[in-house]
Amino acid sequence: MKDTPLSNCERDFLLKAIEEKKRLDGRQTYDYRKMKITFGTDYGCCFVDLGKTRVMAQVSCELVAPKESRPNEGIMFFNIELSPMASPAFEQGRQSELSVKLNRQLERCLRNSKCIDTESLCVVSGEKVWQIRVDVHLLNHDGNLMDAASIAAITALCHFRRPDVGIQGDEVTVYSPEERDPIPLSIYHMPISVSFSFFQQGTYLLVDPCEREERVMDGLLMIAMNKHREICSIQSSGGIMLLKEQVMRCSKIASVKVSEITELLNKALVNDKKARKEGGRCGFAESLPQERITALKMEETSVEMTDATERAKDIVQKADARPQKVPSPVVPVPGVGQVGQGLQNTWGLEEDEDDEEEAEECDSGEEQEEAVTKMEEERHEKEASGEGDVVEISDSEEEDVVILHPAMPDKALKNTATSSRQKGAAASKKRQKK
Amino acid sequence: MMEVCGSSSVTLREFGCEQSLLSRPDGSASFSQGDTSVLAAAYGPAEVKVSKEIYDRATLEVLIQPKVGLPSVRERSQEQCVRETCEASLLLSLHPRSSLTLILQLIHNDGSILSCFLNAACMALMDAGLPMSCLFCGVTCAINADGQIITDPTAVQEKESRAVMTFAIDSTKRRVMMSSTKGSFSVHELQQCIAFYRDSVSRRYSKTL
Repeated sequence: MKDTPLSNCERDFLLKAIEEKKRLDGRQTYDYRKMKITFGTDYGCCFVDLGKTRVMAQVSCELVAPKESRPNEGIMFFNIELSPMASPAFEQGRQSELSVKLNRQLERCLRNSKCIDTESLCVVSGEKVWQIRVDVHLLNHDGNLMDAASIAAITALCHFRRPDVGIQGDEVTVYSPEERDPIPLSIYHMPISVSFSFFQQGTYLLVDPCEREERVMDGLLMIAMNKHREICSIQSSGGIMLLKEQVMRCSKIASVKVSEITELLNKALVNDKKARKEGGRCGFAESLPQERITALKMEETSVEMTDATERAKDIVQKADARPQKVPSPVVPVPGVGQVGQGLQNTWGLEEDEDDEEEAEECDSGEEQEEAVTKMEEERHEKEASGEGDVVEISDSEEEDVVILHPAMPDKALKNTATSSRQKGAAASKKRQKK
Repeated sequence: MMEVCGSSSVTLREFGCEQSLLSRPDGSASFSQGDTSVLAAAYGPAEVKVSKEIYDRATLEVLIQPKVGLPSVRERSQEQCVRETCEASLLLSLHPRSSLTLILQLIHNDGSILSCFLNAACMALMDAGLPMSCLFCGVTCAINADGQIITDPTAVQEKESRAVMTFAIDSTKRRVMMSSTKGSFSVHELQQCIAFYRDSVSRRYSKTL
C-alpha cells in the first residue's frame, strides 16, 4: 500500500507556519507531546504513547551459549519491528531504509553505551549466558519513532525481571517465577534519545516533530543522552550543515528534556511496582479507559486570540467587495438556468453582459458545451450581443471566434438539471453535422 | 462493555473492547478476554499490487504479528483461519481491484488466542466501516481430561486439556463459519460444544452490539 503523498499546499503551509514559529498542534518549538507510559501484564512489556505515536516494547530472555570472543558476557539483541499497522507505507518483511536506520540507532544508543551490565548476565562462563532480546513494535506512526522506541526499550528493560538461576557444580537450575522471585537487570544508566528536526537549511529547529513536520524537514539530529548529561550517541542525517553552536544548543535542550523524561519514566515504574505489590491486576486491559468516551473525540485546543478583533477588522477591510449575490435559480433566457451563488452566467447568451466569470452551476447542457469550445481560446472581454457576432479577444493571435448558435429553446428544455456532457456532446455533434 | 458471566454452564472471562485507538489505520480496535489482549488495525480499500489483484473482488490480507520474534508457521495458520472468516462475511465484490489489509498484534496471550483474534478483527473491520454481510465472533472451548467442557480457557487450562476448539459464528443465523480444532474428541462432544457456543455467542453479541 502506498502512503498518500504530501500536497504542495500542505508543504508550503507547514513551512510558512514554521517560519512564523507556529506548529500544527500549537506547541512551542521545544515542547514535547504528551507522553504516557503504561505496562503490560508480564514483566518487560511496556507501551509508550508520544502524542499519537504508539510503540510497544517486549523484553524476553533465553539461555544460550555465549559468543566466542566474549565468553563472560551476556548477549543483547534489539529489533525494531515496523509493523504495517503503524503506517500504510510499511510493508511486512521488507527491510526498508527507515527500518535499518532505526535499528542501527537503537543499537548504538543502548548497546554501545553499555547501559546494561552484560557480565551479570553470565551464568556459566563460556557455556551458558542469558540472551536478552528487546522487540519494539511500532503500532502507530505519527512522527518521532526513534524517541518513542528508545523510551519504550529502556523502560521495558528497567521493568523486566529475569528468572533466578541456581548453580550446583555442573547443574544449572532455572527457577520459575513461582519458586523464586525473578531478578531485575542491572542497569547503569538510561540513555534516551531526543530528536531535533531542521527546516530551511538549518535555520529553524523543532523538537519532537510530528509526522507532517517530518515529511517537510530537511534533516534530523538525534542525540541520545542520559540524565547525568553524558551523550551516548549523536547522529545527524539528511545532509544539513549544522554550526557548532547549534549542536551545542541542541545538546543543552536535550539534557533538559532527558531529565524530564527520566523523571516521568521513574514515576511510572514506581507506580507500577506499587500496583503489583498491592496484588491488583495490571495489564493492557486495565489501562483501557472504562465508561468514558474515547473514540472520535478531540481534546480542546487553545486558539490564539490576541488581537483577534483588530486583525479581523483589518482583513475585512482589505478584502475585496463581496461578489454580488444573485438569487437562485435564475432563468436569464428560456432554456438556460443557473443555480447557486456566483456571478451571472454570460456564455452563449444573446443578451450581453459585462462580466465573464464562470458561473457556479449551469443547467443547460449546451452551455457547458460552449464553455468547452471557448476554453480553447483566451477568454476575456465583452460578450457579443446577438447571434453570429464575433468576439474580439485583444491579445489572441488566433482566428476569429465564432459563437455557435445556441440551440432551440425547446431542445434546451429537454436538457434538464442532470446536464450530462454526453448530451451536450451529442447535441453539438448534431449541430456540427448541420 | 465489560461483563462477568456468572452462569455455571457458560463462563466467559471479562471481555472488553475499545475502538478507534490508532490514528493512522482506517479502523482499529483492541479486544481483551481476561488477560489475553489483541490489537487489530484495518486498512482499506486501498491500492493493490498488480500481482495480487482480483478483477471482481477485493484482496484481503491478514497479518498476525507475534510479540517476540518473527511470524512463523503458527501465525500463518492462524492468519488463514481469520482470513477465511473475514472473506465469508465481508462484501468483497463491492471493491474490486482493491486491497483490504488487517493487521493483528498480539499483546498478551493467556489462552483462547484465536477467538480473541477473530473478535478483534471483527471490531476493527466495523470501525473501518467496511461493508459486511454479517458480524462474526469467536469462542474457544477446551475439553479437559474428565470430559468437562470449559469455555474461554486460560493458557493453563488449555495446556491441561485434551482438546481445544475454536469456532467463528456469524451474528445473523448463528451458524458456524470457521472451525479450528486441536486434540482428540468425539462427534458428540463436538456437537455439545457448538451448542455451548451458541449460548456464549449470544452473550457476546448482547454486549458488543
